[in-house]
Amino acid sequence: MSRILQLLFGRLPIGWLQLTHKPGRFAAALAGVAFANVLVFVQLGIMNSMAAATLRPYEFFAADIMISAADANALAEGGNVARQWMLQALADPDVTEGMGLFVGNVPWDRGERDISLTTFGIDPGRPGFVAEGLTDRLGYLQVQDAAILDRLARGLPREEAAAIRPQTPLTFETENRTLTAITTFAGGGGFGGDGYMLVSDQTFLSLFPARSSAAPDHILLRVRPGADVAATLDRLRTLISDDTLRIRSYADAAAEDLRYQQTRRPTGVIFGFGVLIGVLVGLVIVYQVLSTDVADHLREYATFKAMGYGPRFFLGIVIEEALVLGVLGFLPGLAVGTAILMLMGKVTTLPLAMTPLMAVMVFVGTVVFSVISGAVATRRLSAADPADLF
Amino acid sequence: MDPDPIVDVKGLNHWFGAGEARKQALADIDMSLPPGSLTALMGPSGSGKTTLLTLVGCLRAVQEGSVRLMGHELNGARADELTALRRRLGFIFQAHNLHESLTALQNVMMGVQVRPGVPDDLARRAAAQALGLLGLSDRQDYLPANLSGGQKQRVAVARALVGNPALVLADEPTAALDKDSAADVVDLLKRLGAERGTTTLLVTHDNRILDRADRILTLEDGRILRGAGVSA
Repeated sequence: MSRILQLLFGRLPIGWLQLTHKPGRFAAALAGVAFANVLVFVQLGIMNSMAAATLRPYEFFAADIMISAADANALAEGGNVARQWMLQALADPDVTEGMGLFVGNVPWDRGERDISLTTFGIDPGRPGFVAEGLTDRLGYLQVQDAAILDRLARGLPREEAAAIRPQTPLTFETENRTLTAITTFAGGGGFGGDGYMLVSDQTFLSLFPARSSAAPDHILLRVRPGADVAATLDRLRTLISDDTLRIRSYADAAAEDLRYQQTRRPTGVIFGFGVLIGVLVGLVIVYQVLSTDVADHLREYATFKAMGYGPRFFLGIVIEEALVLGVLGFLPGLAVGTAILMLMGKVTTLPLAMTPLMAVMVFVGTVVFSVISGAVATRRLSAADPADLF
Repeated sequence: MDPDPIVDVKGLNHWFGAGEARKQALADIDMSLPPGSLTALMGPSGSGKTTLLTLVGCLRAVQEGSVRLMGHELNGARADELTALRRRLGFIFQAHNLHESLTALQNVMMGVQVRPGVPDDLARRAAAQALGLLGLSDRQDYLPANLSGGQKQRVAVARALVGNPALVLADEPTAALDKDSAADVVDLLKRLGAERGTTTLLVTHDNRILDRADRILTLEDGRILRGAGVSA
């Protein structure tokens, strides 16, 4: 390390020598930086998991446009939409296909605990509206009371889920009906439910007798290949002159749902503050480590200043220390952070995981803030006469 | 015609503190140091010796009066000008001020590498040579914590001299040295004055040094005593 830094900075690696001179203090500084990283990783992981969990159900479907009730801020929220608007939309020359999407929560009493399954009712005759991995399984839903079950659902043992096949389906009671899970897909637990289930619209209406086939929760539309979605949306907004509806691209609907979850829902706001507090505490720790180190060596730095070393030299030492602490503190922080997120993901079945973007962001943030902290801490050195610091 | 002095001080006043607590540390100091001379600065504690040394050594801002160092006025000088001037000085601190995590050799190398572009191996050779001159060849790789007080002080002397400074400013450089080592250090400073024209201003109470000084200045209550204690 010493040689690498000497080559990198073209001088004695004073920062490295200073840090390693007192191994106990060096270890404490590294632990401080690693802890700051873990703190931010965990908070970011939770925040990201909410985003991933929010967007996950949108990935089950394929659509270009979504028509929802004006108060439908999320996929499983808001009022219904009259099916007649789908027929109206199909009058547009670029709209090729439409499907009503029903959403409801189905409780599954499993003895020890209930599982809440966010259930989507879809038309099994329209494979163009489901994600590629699901199209070949859609046919199973033609059978009344058939279901495609989320094998990653919270509370559903993995072995039990793995055994679900068309040859060995799983039958279970819910809402006074017997459903048959014929196959599975990978959904995952979210913040609003323990998992997902896909059924046909007819099965859905059997589960929710109060619901009407004429009023799905959302209407999904496909446009012809190459059509301008924005232009189609403009035409549809003119065509469907109902102020109680939101006519958006499917991608915008997902993005708005995410924004709503992050900024308006209590969990999103709490997680957002969690990240903010995590970052602030992390920054304070890193600042404390660097500023303490500079303060400890102020007398020695003053001697260097008296010898003719300038501000860039001191900044160089601080950058060197920031790099050392940033890199060596980051590695254990990354390892512990990844392990904690994996453990939390396993326990909660939320999509908690370390992402390369998180790792890069935290690493760059740590090094950059370490440098800034050190630079701020050397201000006293720059401002004062050397004789006042001895 | 006398050569231009390395240090030329005129009407220098300096205060510490502010308001009611303001106290004058130096008053009406006039002083000049010719090139190659060794001047001893003496006086009781609190008389302003170290303050004068730090003002001449660009370690403290000049408040009032003129301090010309190698032709440059220090009163009102910019920070970068002061930094450049410090590189031409060798400062020996009373408390040696060695960097605790650098070896003796590395500490001395810092005195060379302050000048940009000096190759590492050249700095290393020069530092080893300087330590050799002070009898510390076998202590090159020792950390300061493993050196005696006298050895640390000699490393500090080596660090101050290794860059071949035009002016050496020393604050009680022999206080921690035994009789022979102190004599060696002063002889070295005298030799540098004769061979390289290095000028030395040192604060001391050590009579062994006073005997070897070219000039002696005595400070009392922040003023240089005229006539008393000045020798040529």
